Amino acid sequence: MSIDLLAFAQAIAGGAVRVVDLTQTLAQEFPTIVLPPELGQCAPFRIEEISRYDERGPAWYWNNISMGEHTGTHFDAPIHWISGKDLPNNAVDTIDVAKFIAPAAVLDCSRECAADPDFMLTVAFVEKWEARHGKIAPGSWVLLRTDWSKKPYLGYAGLSDDGAHTPGPEPAAVKWLVEERDVHGFGTETIGTDYGQGQHFNPPYPAHFYMHGKGRYGLQCLTNLDLLPPKGAVIVAAPLKIKQGSGSPVRVLALVPASAG
Amino acid sequence: MTRPLARPRRKNPLKRTRAPLRPPAVRSRTAHGLTAAAAEGHFALQVCTDCRTVIYPPRDACPACLSPRVPFTNIDNGGTLVAETSVHTSTEVYFRERTPWRVGVVALDRGPSVVAHLHGDVAEGARVRVELKLDKAGAPVMMALPEQDTPDMADDPQLREVTCDPKFRRVLITDGRTAVGQALAKAFSEAQASIVFVGVADPWKPFPGMNSLRAIERVEIVPLDLTDTESVTEQAQQNGARVDIVVNTAEHVRAGGIVDRHGLTVAREEIDARYFGLLRLAQAFGPALRARGADGVNSATAFVNLLSVHALMNWPEYGSYSAAEAACLSAAQCLRAELRPGGVKVLNVFFGPLETEWFQTVPPPKVAPAALARAVVDALKRGLEDVFVGDIAQDVRQRLAVNPKALERELAG
Repeated sequence: MSIDLLAFAQAIAGGAVRVVDLTQTLAQEFPTIVLPPELGQCAPFRIEEISRYDERGPAWYWNNISMGEHTGTHFDAPIHWISGKDLPNNAVDTIDVAKFIAPAAVLDCSRECAADPDFMLTVAFVEKWEARHGKIAPGSWVLLRTDWSKKPYLGYAGLSDDGAHTPGPEPAAVKWLVEERDVHGFGTETIGTDYGQGQHFNPPYPAHFYMHGKGRYGLQCLTNLDLLPPKGAVIVAAPLKIKQGSGSPVRVLALVPASAG
Repeated sequence: MTRPLARPRRKNPLKRTRAPLRPPAVRSRTAHGLTAAAAEGHFALQVCTDCRTVIYPPRDACPACLSPRVPFTNIDNGGTLVAETSVHTSTEVYFRERTPWRVGVVALDRGPSVVAHLHGDVAEGARVRVELKLDKAGAPVMMALPEQDTPDMADDPQLREVTCDPKFRRVLITDGRTAVGQALAKAFSEAQASIVFVGVADPWKPFPGMNSLRAIERVEIVPLDLTDTESVTEQAQQNGARVDIVVNTAEHVRAGGIVDRHGLTVAREEIDARYFGLLRLAQAFGPALRARGADGVNSATAFVNLLSVHALMNWPEYGSYSAAEAACLSAAQCLRAELRPGGVKVLNVFFGPLETEWFQTVPPPKVAPAALARAVVDALKRGLEDVFVGDIAQDVRQRLAVNPKALERELAG
């Protein structure tokens, strides 16, 4: 089969394929995951001006930036979790680059999440979705559209005195997606791929545990998922090539046929 | 009777803001014994070890017996105002624009007569107490105060030149998430600060005391994150020209030394929150503070650093924390030199372990946040530069003066 990449490029240039930016702007005030304060913390995004057409550099503007691997919209590699620590090619610098482009199934649970910040994605919910849109194709990103990215930061982080209250998958759903649907990875709009109260599941943080345990990937802090069709979008998410990196802030793009969505 | 200070009127935007001026500041090396006493609010003169003569002005030998053993010693500050006058003109530009200026001669009970600035409530022949104060140039001066407190005495214009009284001034407390920040907001509100700006970082993270903080009179919550240069810059752009006292309450307390800490993540956070935070704050707010040192009743007047007393000597149990505090102390000394041209004081408030969560495992005595807040406001009202709050801080201060090496060994446990 010969593939006409020039026609593909022309489709993008001409608008027949829309490019949707699924990335949050890397900004200092964007919430970062919060762990108990005695544990190690992921650094928030910070920016320090090197020069701005001034005495520090008269004709140029540039910045030094700092952040954690899991700051802002970011990619999780299998090595991030203990269950994936011994897999081959499990870090951002060794993952096959072909894995950075994959189709997506977008599960819209925004209505349910608006009513219940503790909405839990179940196998039954996915089966109901499949009844309408067809089976999730193997090798697909499963993206959870919650419209969480539209919330002000206080509600977005959802922190209460008993932890975060944000939607996410139950353990059985993650296991099923990996084992029965052979998905590529799991992506969310929330700060992590896991349910806000996911530390109380068995296993704790199942989206991390099962996905990374089977060499699958994670995307979080996504936005604009409401602009994607349930099926038919292709995701481009290539993390920085950090030596033995567990993840990386990433620019996530979706390619969507203009006829869809 | 001191006329109570009137709430300053809003500035006429057509009038130039007067540039800060300084009184003459040169002192001999020996006379800096007075600076040291004034910085901590003591009254100390040289007392001859051999013949007990009290010496003033400072000398390198006793004028009575020629002994070179003339250490500065805290003494009683009582005296009688034997002569007074008002200066109506001066070649010193600082005093020129502050005339008439009252000065007098006080015969101290302990012997010497001293020339002193006079509080408005002291009259010739009256009993007075003489305090050593740091003037706008940071130099030590004598100030004669009424023997007993008088109503509104802090509002006296000559006294207010050497203090940093928060009354009618606008204060910025950099971090309202901490118990200390909240106690300070309350203390400054009670001290009649006209606005208490309180910085809050990461407003999406709830914190204890948030509602009671908001309820304090004249408190205004503002977005401020000392770990974020842009946030500090934006806050200074918005409110920097109307902040008269900056109080850095940024806190990062974690136990642990250096060798047994796993990696640098925590140390980086310590340095970022404390040392870099101080630098960001100084760069953003320093220029406006320095320019507004003579801006009327609510002129810019002080930059307050809250420092662990272990900035002065490392406490290995909290060793990495101590090192970050030491960096802040060094920066504060630089800042002091840089803000002095504006007549803005840098107040360093040293404290031992606090009665807060991160010192949970440390036995008492510990400093309650409210006590620390009271000490800060008190030190500003007195115009001090260095304050040691609580038993541990005072103990470290004393032991450091006697034998730093012994202190180092003993803190190592």
